[in-house]
Amino acid sequence: MKALKLDRNAIGQWLSNMAGERDIYAPASDGPAKGTWTLLTDYSMPEIKPGVPARPVKNFLFPQPETLLKFSIVPTDPDCCLPSEPEENGRKNVVFGVRPCDARSIGLNALACKADTYYQANMDKNAIIGLTCSQVCSTCFCSETGGSPMGTEGCDVSLTEIDGRYIARAMTERGEELLALAESFGKEVTDSDFSAVEALEERARSGSDEIRNPEEQLRKKDLMELYNAPFWQELADRCINCGACTFLCPTCYCFDIQDETLHGKGRRIRCQDSCMFPLFTLHASGHNPRGQKIQRVRNRFMHKMKYFPDRFGPISCVGCGRCVRDCPVNIDIREVMRSLLNFHDMGSVTP
Amino acid sequence: MMETGTMRESMRNAVTDNVFMPNETVISEIIEENSTIRTYTLRFTDRAAAFSFLPGQFVMLSVPGHGEAPISISSSPTSTDAIQLSVRRAGRLTSALHSMKAGEYVAVRGPYGVPFPVDELKGRDLLFVAGGIGLAPLRSLINYCRAKNGEYGKITLCYGSRSPSDIAFKNDLDAWQADGSVDVRLTVDVPERGWQGRTGLVTTLLDDLTINNSNSSALLCGPPVMIDAVISKLKESGMDSEQIITTLERNMKCGVGLCGHCHMEGVLICKDGPVFNVRTLENIMGATG
Repeated sequence: MKALKLDRNAIGQWLSNMAGERDIYAPASDGPAKGTWTLLTDYSMPEIKPGVPARPVKNFLFPQPETLLKFSIVPTDPDCCLPSEPEENGRKNVVFGVRPCDARSIGLNALACKADTYYQANMDKNAIIGLTCSQVCSTCFCSETGGSPMGTEGCDVSLTEIDGRYIARAMTERGEELLALAESFGKEVTDSDFSAVEALEERARSGSDEIRNPEEQLRKKDLMELYNAPFWQELADRCINCGACTFLCPTCYCFDIQDETLHGKGRRIRCQDSCMFPLFTLHASGHNPRGQKIQRVRNRFMHKMKYFPDRFGPISCVGCGRCVRDCPVNIDIREVMRSLLNFHDMGSVTP
Repeated sequence: MMETGTMRESMRNAVTDNVFMPNETVISEIIEENSTIRTYTLRFTDRAAAFSFLPGQFVMLSVPGHGEAPISISSSPTSTDAIQLSVRRAGRLTSALHSMKAGEYVAVRGPYGVPFPVDELKGRDLLFVAGGIGLAPLRSLINYCRAKNGEYGKITLCYGSRSPSDIAFKNDLDAWQADGSVDVRLTVDVPERGWQGRTGLVTTLLDDLTINNSNSSALLCGPPVMIDAVISKLKESGMDSEQIITTLERNMKCGVGLCGHCHMEGVLICKDGPVFNVRTLENIMGATG
């Protein structure tokens, strides 16, 4: 696969070349949009702070809101009440500076979204240019979830900073095409550059993480034993069901569908939804299978750590740490993961 | 009056790979089952969009502007080229539907979900236990079994309603009794003047029955409290939990395993269900609750 060495000016030139075909988004490092993904209008290497931006990359895969269908409810319209697909403007995006955890979430969600026409289209629409992490934050734990600060999964191009320059490696065919736009001014990657990247990868692998391959350990555990574990109540006592974790989580993919109409024109939209809310499972009959807070708290963590890996393989968490950072009552998913992993030992202690 | 189906057909290619795209149907008949339940007969305006299904499967029904909801198909696939949905007025969509008349259009996509195990049930005596609108999915299976003359054993239905005037599907109950194909037993929670029949929960009807557990299967649908009571009663009387089959209702948004709303203890009710045997449900505790 193609690889180029780009300095900051060359990155600017490359962004400018890509902008002819695509809109380019990067995390804003300051200003009112700080931490969110903003459209680049100035094609220079954006300042990207260590760690993840406030908003996850899923906002490109699940736009908020996303129009699924449009329709008219005016009886005299020839297409009244007959839903049709919304027109697309055909414009594609580059999402620039995506951290390895966020990039990895795209493929994890895709496991559950194989049949999702719009998710698949959005994967096609958004090219991902990743940026590996030279610094690991206190809330980061990607390597405990199967990822790595040097990870490239989900990226079309992966950038690694070495001594103020970026080693850009194409990871997919689409990445090859994008990187070709920097070919005329990019420098050749030398053997010593490659070995510098390999050294960083090696360092990431040999980290002193307590947890490796949690999905394998969790898959072996009995679902009902974990379900009935005593620690859920303590978590539920603290949780205020605000749902912030689910909205910030790159691997929370649940959604709601609603119809909106204005002046006779309507659209069927989907928005992110949260299993933390009692309305999420409320049935029109009044029955609510997850009416209690403990059921909702347990559902979120069990889905990530048990139901999802049982169905698809990996755990549904990439260790970005946003929920750890922003939970108003300091619930730490790493502690929950440890509780789940250690549970059997606790359970085997007989009174 | 709106345009005819053929004119509208040309406006859109009905066959699409978009999982959220419904197909248009016209309401051809409405049966008033009781004050809150109506049965709608729907015909696809584009016949290419018609589908085959099995009893127990459901569709996502939508009235554009009022959203979508999962509704089980209450007609038998053996009946006609149309499908029937029996709908209780409960939420926003169902209220909108109840204000519609024959000749108006609604949209459906499907069929979705795992059907009743019609092959495994062959040759067995079938005990149907339903409460209120819960008879809708079972009606599909009852009529399916009746149409497959002789392939199924004795059919018994225990049907509970709130009051005599709430008894729904009277046309069906009468027809089943009239041709002797179903042993219909009714009960109401609250009697009214002139009610000669049984009063009490649907479980009281089970006391009258002699069930041959070795060759019987039970099929249940109704409110969760009823389901729980019937399951314990049947298990007490010695029925294997694998032969007790129920179908669950959940808040669903997509119907195709994406939106997460019906996710219960590792199971997606829309894709892995809605039909489950009780043995499976016992392994995923909490799902019936």
